[in-house]
Amino acid sequence: MQIERLSTHYPVRGAFLSRRDKAVKAVDDVSLTLYEGETVGLVGESGCGKSTLGRTIIRLEQSSGGRIRFEGRDITHDPPKKLIPARMRMQMIFQDPYASLNPRMRIVDTLSEPLLVHRLVERHEIRREVDRLLALVGLPSSAGNRYPHEFSGGQRQRIGIARALSFRPKLLVCDEPVSALDVSIQAQILNLLQDLQEELTLTYLFIAHGIGAVKQISKRVAVMYLGKIVELAGTEELFRRPRHPYTQLLLNAYPPPDPAYRRKQSRVILHGDIPSPANPPAGCRFHTRCPYAQQRCRVETPHLSEKEHAVACHYPLA
Amino acid sequence: MGELLKVDQLQIKFRSEQGETVSVEDVSFTIRHGETMAIVGESGCGKSVTSLAIMGLLGAGGTIAKGSVRFQDTNLASLPERQLRKLKGSQMSMIFQEPMTSLNPVMTIGRQIEEAVRLHLKSPRKTARRLAIDMLRKVGIPRPESIAKAYPHVLSGGMRQRVMIAIALICQPKLLIADEPTTALDVTIQAQIIELMKSLQEETGTAILLVTHDLGVVAAMADQVAVMYAGQIVEAADVYTLFRSPRHPYTQGLLNSIPRLDGGKGQRAPAIPGQVPSLREMPAGCRFHPRCPYAKDRCRERQPRLSFAGEEHQVRCWLAESEELESASASDDQRRKSVAL
Repeated sequence: MQIERLSTHYPVRGAFLSRRDKAVKAVDDVSLTLYEGETVGLVGESGCGKSTLGRTIIRLEQSSGGRIRFEGRDITHDPPKKLIPARMRMQMIFQDPYASLNPRMRIVDTLSEPLLVHRLVERHEIRREVDRLLALVGLPSSAGNRYPHEFSGGQRQRIGIARALSFRPKLLVCDEPVSALDVSIQAQILNLLQDLQEELTLTYLFIAHGIGAVKQISKRVAVMYLGKIVELAGTEELFRRPRHPYTQLLLNAYPPPDPAYRRKQSRVILHGDIPSPANPPAGCRFHTRCPYAQQRCRVETPHLSEKEHAVACHYPLA
Repeated sequence: MGELLKVDQLQIKFRSEQGETVSVEDVSFTIRHGETMAIVGESGCGKSVTSLAIMGLLGAGGTIAKGSVRFQDTNLASLPERQLRKLKGSQMSMIFQEPMTSLNPVMTIGRQIEEAVRLHLKSPRKTARRLAIDMLRKVGIPRPESIAKAYPHVLSGGMRQRVMIAIALICQPKLLIADEPTTALDVTIQAQIIELMKSLQEETGTAILLVTHDLGVVAAMADQVAVMYAGQIVEAADVYTLFRSPRHPYTQGLLNSIPRLDGGKGQRAPAIPGQVPSLREMPAGCRFHPRCPYAKDRCRERQPRLSFAGEEHQVRCWLAESEELESASASDDQRRKSVAL
């Protein structure tokens, strides 16, 4: 999947009597390539546009600019009918699996409906296919006869994953797949996702605000701030040597699970709130919160450099 | 320092149409003046119910079936409603996870803060307003005079939580109960709120009971920690001991399953298998045994008691009492300790 200069803007009606309608630039001029079988982590604060980016690339949202290429074909403007085959190969896993499962349908019905609608599986073979999907995510065949409320959060997420896998996709957009789960269950789901990736050569865009999970699963990590990618690098490199001041402060904000760290009073914390994407700051969008901001940052927008460790900053950290 | 709050063998029951469930059992702990105590555990372990019981907020179905909660040597259960109300909000106060649902959307922020002052300190309106604005400044709200006149919806989540903290602390309570105070916030805002709570605590000497599932927050704030599992405390110790040499397999599993930022590259997190048992189908014996890698016959049959594994270090585990437990995260320090024991 290749994304070139992608933008997603939402129109906002201007105030009464004001002439201009404004736009919320949820995703603004983002380029990113996902290679087959890899996981790219996408991190950032709420409202930075990471979920919108995930939804736009599988065309759940319509982009306002740029191009999306999937398996070599431009799908940016495919009409719905034409999109179907590509759409089957790009699926999504959501944060709250309970909200995305129909509470009045048995699991076997939820999982078989799309397969029957698209005539991918014959009716007399459907139960075998559902059992295969359940086994894939580590659930017993008996789970098929039960309803969503009978499952715990972790099991529901397994069902969500099984459903996403039913079309045998290549690309999975995982939008905060473990954030709603307890710590001990998070690790189970992450391990499952890693196993499935290996077994089925899946490509993941892994969206999360919990940086620990991203680190465990991703090969590369992109950091987003106010609709733009500000840094993109290999996971280890990014964590060891963050070059964008925002990345550094974001990583700093995670309290390490070790009480010894609190003696270190030098912990720099990020002040203020994320500005509104309807009216982002001029120049570098981070300059209002950046401890190193200079005159140039207030005027000139930095672009993401085209290196292996890409950073969008006029004065990147060493 | 003296004892401020003493919870003794607390048992909490909930009555519903399906019958009675025991959601918290045999929970005892003490909070001293000025100290931060954290209760940590996964959803459904009883940590929030415990904190609600202390505040007398269990609601219609819930009752304290056994045990007592003593605040400054007064048994809260024996207090008449009027006196309890006086205590709540002035001597002990509470902040919750979602600040928007606990603020009144049709009342200005200033008014909501003043309300507490006028009710408990009986201050006249003008003094109350001045105190409210001072408090807003203290919790780091920019332009406090104009924000006091604004309504909650204009504020971001982090700012709302600051307002909640202002309301909770304005009467200078001796105990602040914070139930997942940073869970709904972004991590950068979480760091700000943690710093704020710590600096206010230093200034006022308020003790904090922190209820959370996040061990990172515990490590950053707590002095004492109690780990809860399936309605019981399974391990309690000071924060350093708990993180350095956890003795209960559940605590060890929790600590191990946090993906670490400083650790090696993308390795698999050691997950705790299985899931938390439901309150209605509590396993016999040790409640953790179905998920425990070290479970023995004894663990399946008899329930372990919370017993001392060191000075002020309590563990509810049969194996921690003997030397059978090979620590999953054994450091040298810990080995020395278990030999000494």
